[in-house]
Amino acid sequence: MKLERLPHDKLEPVRPENSLWREEFSIFKADEKYVTRRQLTKFLALTSLGMFAGNLWILWKSVMRKSISYPARIIAKSGEIPVGGVKIFEYPEPGEQCILVRTAEDQYAAYSQKCTHLSCAVYYDAAKSELICPCHNGVFSIRDGSVIQGPPPRPLPRVILDRRGSDLVAIRMQDRPER
Amino acid sequence: MEHRQREQRDVVRNRGLGAIDGAMSLMLILLIVQIWLISATLNAYLAGFDDAVVPGAIASGVLFLGCAGLYRFVTGVEVRSVDTTRQFDPR
Repeated sequence: MKLERLPHDKLEPVRPENSLWREEFSIFKADEKYVTRRQLTKFLALTSLGMFAGNLWILWKSVMRKSISYPARIIAKSGEIPVGGVKIFEYPEPGEQCILVRTAEDQYAAYSQKCTHLSCAVYYDAAKSELICPCHNGVFSIRDGSVIQGPPPRPLPRVILDRRGSDLVAIRMQDRPER
Repeated sequence: MEHRQREQRDVVRNRGLGAIDGAMSLMLILLIVQIWLISATLNAYLAGFDDAVVPGAIASGVLFLGCAGLYRFVTGVEVRSVDTTRQFDPR
């Protein structure tokens, strides 16, 4: 095949507006500002959607929590632990560790063992009659589980006990102290 | 003539960018409120105060709708501004 050379006067002159690089880089210089702003705006809108999804997740968890059942479960016999002694048990589900403390001859208190700060296991200090989290020195009252000092933002969830004969029975959990 | 066209194009572009900047600032404020809201709702939920969960979700939904509306506004302004500037700056 023979290529024909066009006469010089029929060649289209290369002008800036129809040059090849404009097709390769097809973004207007003036539009660049809009592109970055649009991306940031899209990011903000998606983050807002994420926050909304987070709130819906909390709502879902709240609805599911209301449907958790607290079975009545015998956790100890009344004379099983000495005054100032403790017993670790699991309630309401396996793996949810709680601590039972015999605070006086005839008084018991039970709380979730998970610190409300970062979920470290709390222990009972009999000398001070306090529940202490060793991770960040959080201190909870043995009376109602409220925070005495340290970083924990909330009181310890309390296990409500019922005495049935010589048995101590856990019947439910209370997330916040009664007012 | 060309100078006047360029001036007109710059006015349109700057007006569009101003509107977008304003909308973005508003979105940022809404987002900060939403972040505060989710942390407050989560804290209330973990503390056992479930009463705050439903209003928190509704308020967050309203804020998200505000952000989505502003996003639509921004894209609309952008399209209109780009169209207008292309009228003045054809290739």
